[in-house]
Order: sequence, then structure tokens, then C-alpha cells
Amino acid sequence: MADLNAGSVVAARNAADVVTTKMTARNVNVYYGAKQALKDVSIDVSQENVTAFIGPSGCGKSTFLRCMNRMNDTVASARVEGEIKLDGEDIYKGGMDVVQLRARVGMVFQKPNPFPKSIYDNVAYGPRIHGLAATKADMDAIVEGSLRRAGLWDEAKDRLGESGTAMSGGQQQRLCIARAIAVDPEVILMDEPCSALDPIATAKIEELIDELRGRYAIVIVTHNMQQAARVSQKTAFFHLGTMVEYGDTSMIFTNPSEPRTKDYITGRYG
Amino acid sequence: MASMSASRPATETLASKAPTDWSGPAMTARIKGRYRSEFVFKYAGLAALVVAALFLVFLLFTIVRDGASGFRSTDVKVTVTYDPTILGIDQAAAKGPGGKQLIEQGNFQGLLTTADTGLGVGTNVVSEGAWLVLREAVIADPSLLGKTATLWVPTRSNFDLLAKGKFDLDAADEARGVNDADIAAYRQLESRGLLKTGFNWTFLTSADSTTPELAGIWGAAKGSLLTLLVTLVLSFPVGIFAAIYLEEFAPKNRWTDMVEVSINNLAAVPSIIFGLLGLAVFLNFLNMPRSAPIVGGLTLALMTFPVIVIAGRVAIKAVPPSIRDAALGVGASPVQVVFQHVLPLALPGILTGTIIGMARALGETAPLLLIGMRAFVTEIPSGLSNPATALPVQVFLWSDDVARGFVEKTSAAIIVLLIFLMLMNSVAIYLRNRFERRW
Ligand SMILES: Nc1ncnc2c1ncn2[C@@H]1O[C@H](COP(=O)(O)OP(=O)(O)OP(=O)(O)O)[C@@H](O)[C@H]1O
Ligand SMILES: [Mg+2]
Repeated sequence: MADLNAGSVVAARNAADVVTTKMTARNVNVYYGAKQALKDVSIDVSQENVTAFIGPSGCGKSTFLRCMNRMNDTVASARVEGEIKLDGEDIYKGGMDVVQLRARVGMVFQKPNPFPKSIYDNVAYGPRIHGLAATKADMDAIVEGSLRRAGLWDEAKDRLGESGTAMSGGQQQRLCIARAIAVDPEVILMDEPCSALDPIATAKIEELIDELRGRYAIVIVTHNMQQAARVSQKTAFFHLGTMVEYGDTSMIFTNPSEPRTKDYITGRYG
Repeated sequence: MASMSASRPATETLASKAPTDWSGPAMTARIKGRYRSEFVFKYAGLAALVVAALFLVFLLFTIVRDGASGFRSTDVKVTVTYDPTILGIDQAAAKGPGGKQLIEQGNFQGLLTTADTGLGVGTNVVSEGAWLVLREAVIADPSLLGKTATLWVPTRSNFDLLAKGKFDLDAADEARGVNDADIAAYRQLESRGLLKTGFNWTFLTSADSTTPELAGIWGAAKGSLLTLLVTLVLSFPVGIFAAIYLEEFAPKNRWTDMVEVSINNLAAVPSIIFGLLGLAVFLNFLNMPRSAPIVGGLTLALMTFPVIVIAGRVAIKAVPPSIRDAALGVGASPVQVVFQHVLPLALPGILTGTIIGMARALGETAPLLLIGMRAFVTEIPSGLSNPATALPVQVFLWSDDVARGFVEKTSAAIIVLLIFLMLMNSVAIYLRNRFERRW
């Protein structure tokens, strides 16, 4: 990793040629009380490509991510303006089924937040409330499959009954990923999923993202430039609440058109 | 970015500054001062704890010293002849069907006062209620009619107190509280081995009475249990749902703020006001029965409800928001989040708060006085609308009684009340540990 010079990294895979747009955002403004956290953000998230959000701390990446499945509804002071669509349907329109939306747009949070329940129940909770498994065997299969894909099965298979909160931070984060994919959503939003992980676990998650690409539309927030370059095909650079630049990852990392993007990527600030 | 360029000059001033002298006299003095204040704080805390413990020990000691004898009572051995003519029972009929009713109507009181009981001490030794023992004996064995038998019956309170050494026999006549005849009779019976002091089952199984040796705590205890049952059934669910609604669902606006302030104020309202409210609403307006556990329970529920709401809200607030996010994030509905995640995690706190509220309700006297639960009730209440009294009210009534025998009963009743409180607290601790989960 050390030999990777962020400025010269080229995305491992090029952006897909044919893309279907899964989510679109147009002129999104977000306010926390009187303070504006996002200004006029417009972006298209495609089904085939992994989209990475990068930018300095506090620039509004998490805020934008939380708007995409209306998790910001839980923040009393938050106000969202503009338009965000999932498959052409405005998710902020009146009468939108938010519960259904969040099942379709899953989320992995910045801080690992397993339920204080067993590992098994953590993963099984989502499928259970949505009635995705008809039998116990079905459920076992979902749990095992999700844990396997999150790279946690070998560590967890002998302790499925133990509390999810008794795991290490990195294991907890992978458990949260398993929990999110167990619901089989259409879009997965990941907010710095690897910030608590070691390089090996990080590599597993990146492999997982690669594997899931195409099946789910994936958005990942990361502070790790190499990671953004490795896993994503599209990158958006945020700065002070605005989206400065959005394009193919290879373009952003090799030939950004905005000087601010260039400064950030080459480590001039951040 | 901006923070980076601002931090550069700071680094330069740091470099030009003299290094901190960690072992210099000023630093040494500062560290010493910190250790000193730590020492003072630690021992001040310990001293406060010791003082509190001493008060508690003193309180418990005096109550147990005065009250322990309330759990013991003195019996005297009498020899009686169950004379059918005095009793007014037809011997033959008593053995037939319906004999039990016949015996129950017998004049056992007359038998004890007129017939010779083999004590021969001139003064009345046996309790007013002793005839009940005779009646029980005959009901159990009707063939006793016409025969002579010996059995133990309770003594009058004075003999009980004499047996327990509660009178200062060296004091002057007026200050002694017991007359010479009683003392002489006591000494005689004692020397003949006709007295024995044992565990006082009457105290634990009967209700109030005008005579100390017949008075019991169970009537009041059962009244308290029935009252608390009503209180719990009403205030627990209503309190929890109010707390959940206010914390999880209510919009944050002026109205909910006002509701919140009102509930907090309600918790601070003196309990006697709730008694007045109960009197006006439940008795005068709704015409509910006086002195009944149902009304007591309703009144105490009004008082306990805000305590449960406040404890519930604190417990719900303490559930980390990340758990809610996690559940919402996999598509749980708000109601599922509350009932499957928030409530289980908040339950230990809610239960602790509830039991604290219930313990307060158990010890509450003033509101019960106002709704008539201070009545003299000699029957053990069997239902929610029977007249009843409650433990603290019983303590209050007995402490007010002039009969000397009630002094130890008062303390004994306090012991029973404290045992109830300790049981409730143990339940609270058990439930808390049982449901506690870490995250
Ligand atoms: N609940 C909130 N209430 C008020 N302000 C908030 C809230 N959440 C975020 N903010 C503000 O919004 C801005 C953007 O925050 P956000 O969490 O989106 O940043 P971020 O890009 O995810 O940062 P990081 O990389 O450190 O996670 C920040 O200035 C933050 O202080
Ligand atoms: Mg963030």
C-alpha cells in the first residue's frame, strides 16, 4: 500500500460502458437548523458502477448518504430540499413508504452498531421482519450466506449464539455489512465501512464490494484514496458542502479538472 | 486546508518555547496539591457514608428492639369444662348435621367469664378474644362438649407485657402502668408454669382490633397489596406508553413541551393533594366506595404515574441512537424499533423506576387518610371494594393508640413494612440484572 502514490493510481476496472441509473439527486440542499450542510448537490448513481464519495472530514458525505435512504428523517433539525429519485420515483414525495425504502436502500454506518443480540439474530433480524425466509432452514441459509459474503463466517460459525457486541470492532463492522446484505437490498450505502478494519479485513470487504457490484448499486464513503481508486468506478469529491467534481474514478485520480480535487487527492489538505 | 495552515505558526511558537519543567518546584507543589484534594475528597466521602450507615443502623436497631417482641405473645394454660347448659348447645344436636352452626352460636364468651378456669388468681387473666380458641377446639372435636379439657389461650395484653418484661416494676405505682393485683397474679401463674411466650401467629394472620393482643397486621398488609396491585396495573402500562409516545413519537413543539413540564411538576406535587383529588373525584363525584383498595390504588396510581413516565423517558433516552439507526437501516418500522429494540434495552431502567415509584406508593399515608382508608377495619379485605386499611396507615393508627400493648405492635408493623420494601427492592435488583444487556 505504501508504494501506491495516490496521484498516479488508476482504477482497477474501468467504468461500465452501459449504465442504468439507479438513483438520481438534483439540487439537494440540506440544512441542520439554520446551518447549511449541503449545497446544490446533483449526482447520478448507477447500478453497474461502484460510486465513491471522497472529501475532507465534515464536508457532508455522511449527510448526503443519509439523505439517500431518508435516515436524516430521524434528525429533528435536518431539512432536505431538492429531489432524490430511486428508479425514477421521488423518495421525498408525500406518501413515500419510508420503511420499504430503507429495506431497498440498505446502509452500513460509519460506527459499527450491532444489536445487543446474538450474531445470528443480528443477521436474521432484517429478513425476519420482511418475511424473507419461510423456514428455519431458509433463514439459516440467509444467515450463513450473508456472513460468508461479509467474510465473517469462519470467525462466527462457532459462536452464532454469542452477542454481536462481544466481537471486535472490525468483526462488528463486518457483522453490520452482513446484516445489511441479508435483507437483499437494491442499493447499499456504506459509510466508511473499513475505517475500523485491519488491511486483511479491508481487503475482504473490498473483494465483497467487487463481488456485489452489478447486483447492487453501491455507494461507498471513504477517506482512503487507494480504496476509492481500487473499488470504485465513479468518484464524487465533496468539499465544504458542495460536490466539486464527479466523474470516472480513473479521471478523477489521474486528471481532475478542478484544482481543489487535485489538491485533495495529492494530499495537499484533508 | 485552513486548519493546516493555521497550525503551522503554532508549531513554531512551540519550538521556541522553553520545555515544560516536570520536576521543578512549582510543578511538584501543584501535583502535591492535587493529591491532597484527592485525599480530602476520598475521606470526606467515606465519612459521609459512615454517618449515613450509622443512622441506618440506629434506626433499624431501635425498631427491631421495640418491635421484635410484637412478634411474640403470651398464652396461659386454662382448664375448662365445656358445660352445654352455659354454652346453650344441645349436645345431641351438635353431633348431628348442622352441628357446626350450632356450636358457632354457643355462648363461649359466657363460659370463660362465669366458669372456673382453674387459674384461681382473682383477676381476669385471659384475653377478651380467648373464647375463640375454645370455640375452635369444640368445632374441631364436638365430643369435647360436657367434658373438661386444658388448653392454651392468649392472655390479656398486660400479662403479655409483664412476661416480656416491658414494665418497670421498680417504678412508683402510677408510673408503672400496671396494678399490683396483675403483678401478683402474674408472679403466681409464672411460678406454677401456666404461662408460655411463643410466636405470635395472631399478629401475622388477623386484622386490626381494639385489644392489642388480638390485633394483627395481615388485614393492613393485604389492603396494601390490593391497593398496590391496582396502582401497578394502572400506572405501569399507562406510564410506559406515555413515556414511549413522548420520547419516540411526539412531535417536538410547544404542546409536548407543556405536557413534559406538567408531568415533571406532577411528580413533585405533595401526595396529600392527590388524596384531595381522589376524595373529590372518585368518592364525591364517581361515588366509589369509601376506604376501598380500588380507590386507594387509583389515587396512588395518579401519584406513581409521573414517576414511571420520568423514569421511562430517562431509560428510553439512554438507549444509544445508533441502535435505532441500525434497526431503521434494515427497514424496521418505528413501532418495531420501539418494541423490538428500544423497549427491551430500556426495560431495566423502567422497571427500577417503577419499583421505586411503587415503594413510594407503599409508604404513602396522607392520600389514603383522605379517602377513608384510616377506618378501623377488623375484617381482612377480600376484594378491591371491601373496606381496608394499609400498612403505613396501620402504623399511624397504632402509634396513636393509648393502649400500652400497641407500642410494640407499632414497631412490629414498621418491621413488616420495611420487609415489604426490601422485598420490592430485591425484585427491582433481580429484574434489573435479569434484563440488563450491554452493548
Ligand atoms: N445531526 C447533526 N446536527 C447538526 N449538524 C450536523 C449533524 N450531522 C452533521 N452535521 C454537520 O453537517 C456537516 C457535515 O457532516 P457529515 O457528517 O455529513 O460530514 P462527513 O463528510 O461525513 O465527515 P466525516 O468524514 O468526518 O465523517 C458537518 O459540519 C457537521 O457538523
Ligand atoms: Mg461521515
